[in-house]
Amino acid sequence: MKLTKTLLATTALTVAAGASATAQEMADSMTLVSWGGAYQESQQKAYVEPYLANNPGVSATWDESSAEAVAKLRAMNEAGNVTWDLVDVVASDAMRLCDEGLAMELDHDEVLAAAPDGTDASDDFGDLIVSDCFVPQIVYSTTFGYRTDMVPEGTEPPSSICDVFDLETYPGKRSLQKRPIDNMEWALYCDGVAKDEIYDVLGTDEGVDRALAKLDTIKDQVVWWSAGAETPQLLADGEVFLGSTYNGRLFSAIAEQDQPIGMMWDMQSFDLDGWIVPAGLPEDRLARVMDFLKFATDTQRLADQAAYISYGPARESSAPLVGKHAELGIEMAPHMPTDPANATNVHIYDYEWWADNRDDLDAKFQAWLAQ
Amino acid sequence: MSVMTLTPIEKKPLSFALPVIGAAGAFAGLFVGTSHGSGLMGIVVGAVALMALGFVALQVLGLSMEKPVRWGIIALFTIAGVLLAGVPGFVLGVLFGWFFAFFIYWIGEGRYRANLAPYLTGGQVLWHYSFRVLCGAIFVFLITPILVVMPLSFNAENFFTFTPEMLRFDPAGYSLKHYEDFFTSSGWQQALRNSLAIAPVATLLSVSFGTLAAIGLSSEHVPFRRAIMAILISPMIVPLIISAAGMYFFYSRIGLQGTYMGVVLAHAALGIPFVIITVTATLVGFDRSLTRAAANMGADPVTTFFRVQMPLILPGVISGGLFAFITSFDEVVVVLFVGSANQQTLPWRMFTGLREQISPTILAVATILVAISIVLLATLEMLRRRSERLRGMSPG
Repeated sequence: MKLTKTLLATTALTVAAGASATAQEMADSMTLVSWGGAYQESQQKAYVEPYLANNPGVSATWDESSAEAVAKLRAMNEAGNVTWDLVDVVASDAMRLCDEGLAMELDHDEVLAAAPDGTDASDDFGDLIVSDCFVPQIVYSTTFGYRTDMVPEGTEPPSSICDVFDLETYPGKRSLQKRPIDNMEWALYCDGVAKDEIYDVLGTDEGVDRALAKLDTIKDQVVWWSAGAETPQLLADGEVFLGSTYNGRLFSAIAEQDQPIGMMWDMQSFDLDGWIVPAGLPEDRLARVMDFLKFATDTQRLADQAAYISYGPARESSAPLVGKHAELGIEMAPHMPTDPANATNVHIYDYEWWADNRDDLDAKFQAWLAQ
Repeated sequence: MSVMTLTPIEKKPLSFALPVIGAAGAFAGLFVGTSHGSGLMGIVVGAVALMALGFVALQVLGLSMEKPVRWGIIALFTIAGVLLAGVPGFVLGVLFGWFFAFFIYWIGEGRYRANLAPYLTGGQVLWHYSFRVLCGAIFVFLITPILVVMPLSFNAENFFTFTPEMLRFDPAGYSLKHYEDFFTSSGWQQALRNSLAIAPVATLLSVSFGTLAAIGLSSEHVPFRRAIMAILISPMIVPLIISAAGMYFFYSRIGLQGTYMGVVLAHAALGIPFVIITVTATLVGFDRSLTRAAANMGADPVTTFFRVQMPLILPGVISGGLFAFITSFDEVVVVLFVGSANQQTLPWRMFTGLREQISPTILAVATILVAISIVLLATLEMLRRRSERLRGMSPG
C-alpha cells in the first residue's frame, strides 16, 4: 500500500515536471520557407547551418514556396493547420499578410538582437521596418544587365535607364518583368517626368496612358518575364540584348558563370526581403522560431550572408562587416546595390502608393499587354 | 533482302521528277536559308541546286551510274554542310545528302510506286505518302521537346543553352556535372527517396482497392454499378487542382495534411481509376464459368480468386499498377497541396527548381525520369502482348 502511494506520488511528480518542462521547451524542428536557388543557399550557409551547429538535435526543413506564400498562408489559416514556422517574403507581401492578420506582429526591439554597439534593433534597421510583422534581411534591387558582346560597334555600353527605350542606338530585344511596378515608373521617367513627380503623374489616367504609350514604343521588342531566373537565361542565350532582373541573379551570371554580361545600375529599383512569423503558432514552435530569428538577423549573420550573394544586409551595423565572396574571394561591397558607386541614381518604389493602386494598374497593364 | 514488287516501275519524265525534287530542295533550303538570314534565298538556291543535281543524276549520268552518283551527292552535301556550319553542318550534311541521294532516284525512277497496288491513281499515291509524312511530322512534334532535353542535360554550363562548344561537338562543352549534382545534392536525394517511398505504397493501395472494385463492379448483381464506377473514376476526370484543393481542406481537418500517409492516400485515390479501368477491360474477356467450375470443385471464393481469376487478369492488374505508379511518381499538383516540405517529391522539386532557378539539373532528372518511363512503358507493352496471347488461348 505504501509502495503504491509512493509510486503514484512519483508518477504525479514526474508528469508535473514533464508538463512544466514542455511549456518552456522549444520544438526541435522548423520549417523555413524561402525562394530556393542561390538566395536560399546563402541563408542556409550564413545562418541555418551555424544555428544547427549551435543547437544539436534541431532540424530545419526548407519549403521553396515564397512565391505563393500569401495564398498558401491564407489556405493554411482557413484549414486551421499552419505548417510553416518562418516565411521569407518581399516587403509588400509582408504588409498584406500583416493587414490580414496572417503574420504575427513583433516588437522589434524585444525579439531581435541589438547591434554590437548597443543600438536598438529598430534603429539599426531604421526605415526598412516597413511593417510591424516584418523583419528585414536584405536590400535587393531590380536592375538591368546587358550583353557586352551585343553592344553595337562604336557605341558606348548602355548606362542610363532611358537606353532601354532607345531602340535606335541599342537595337535588340529587351526583357522586362510582367507587371506594372517599376516599368511604369521607368517609362514616365524617360518620358521626361521628374523623379519626385512620378507617382503624382501615375495617379492620373493621363499619366497611366502616358507611361503605357512610352512602353508602346518598345512593346514589340519586349520579352516579358515572371521568374527571376528567366532574364539571366535569356541573356546567356543571347535572346535579349538587355533585361531587368534581381541584381543577385546578374551577379551570379557574371561572377560565377562567366557570362559576357554588364551591369547597368541607373534607376535601379530597391526592394526589401525579410522574415515574417505566421500567426497562431503553438507555443513550443514559436519559442524555437523566435530563438532562431534572433540569431539569424543579428549583425554578424546578415553580414555573413553577403559573402554568398550580392544583396545588401538590412542592418546598418552589418555594412562595415561585409567581406569577400566565400568561394570567389572577390570583394562583395562593390557588387551591392547599396554601394555608393552603384546607388548614384536609384528609384525608391512607393509601397503604399502601390498597395492602393495595384489592382487598378494591374488590370490596365494586363489589358495593354493583350492589345 | 527480297522486296516484293507489286507494280512494275518505270522511269518518270523529267517534267514530273525535276519539279518534285526541286520542291523538296526548296523546303530543305528554307530551313538552311532561314538560319543564315534569308529564307527566300534558301528556297531559290535549294530548288535550283536540287533540280540541277536531279538533272545530272537522272538524265546525264543515268541509272548505270547510280552508286557513284549517290556517294557523290552525299559528299557534296557534306562539304556544303561543313562550309556553312562546321562540325554540326557535317552531320546534317551527311543526313541531308543521304536523303536526297535516295530521294532523287526514288522519284526519278518511279520507285515510289513499287509497293503500292497498280490501280491507284496519282492522287491516291500522293495521299498515301502525304499521310505518312503527316504522321511523321506529328510524331516529331510530340517527341522533339523530350529529345531536346537530353543533350541539354549534358551541358557544361548552368543555362538551358546549346553553347557553341556543344554545337561544335567539343567535349569541353559537355559534362556530367548536372547528373553529379543530382546524385550528390541532399535535397534531390531526399526528393528521390520521398518519391520512392511514396509511389510503391500508393501503387500497392491502388492495385488492391482498384482490383477489388473492378471485380465487384463487373458482377451483375451489384446495385448502382454505373454510379459507383463513375464516382470511383472521377479523380481521373475532375481537374486535378480541384481534387487537390478538396483533399487539402479535408486532410487538414482530419490531421493527414503534411503527413506521409496523407500523400500516399491521395496518390492512391488518383491511381485507383487506372487500375479499375485496365482490370475491368481484362475482366471482359474473363470467362465467369471458370469461377463457377472452381466453386463446383470445392474451392472457396478466396482460393478461386488467387488460383483461377488472378493469374488470368494479372496482365491487366500489372498494367494498371504501372499507370498508378507513374501517376504517383510524376504527380506535382496534389503533393504540393497535401504534402509538406518533408514530403517533397521529385516532381515537386523540379517544379520549384524550374520556377526559381532554371538549372540544368532539372534536365538531368528529366532525362533519368524519361528513361524510367520508357522502361516501364516497354514492360507494359510486353504485358499487353502477353495478355492478348493468353486471351487468344482462353476458352470463349
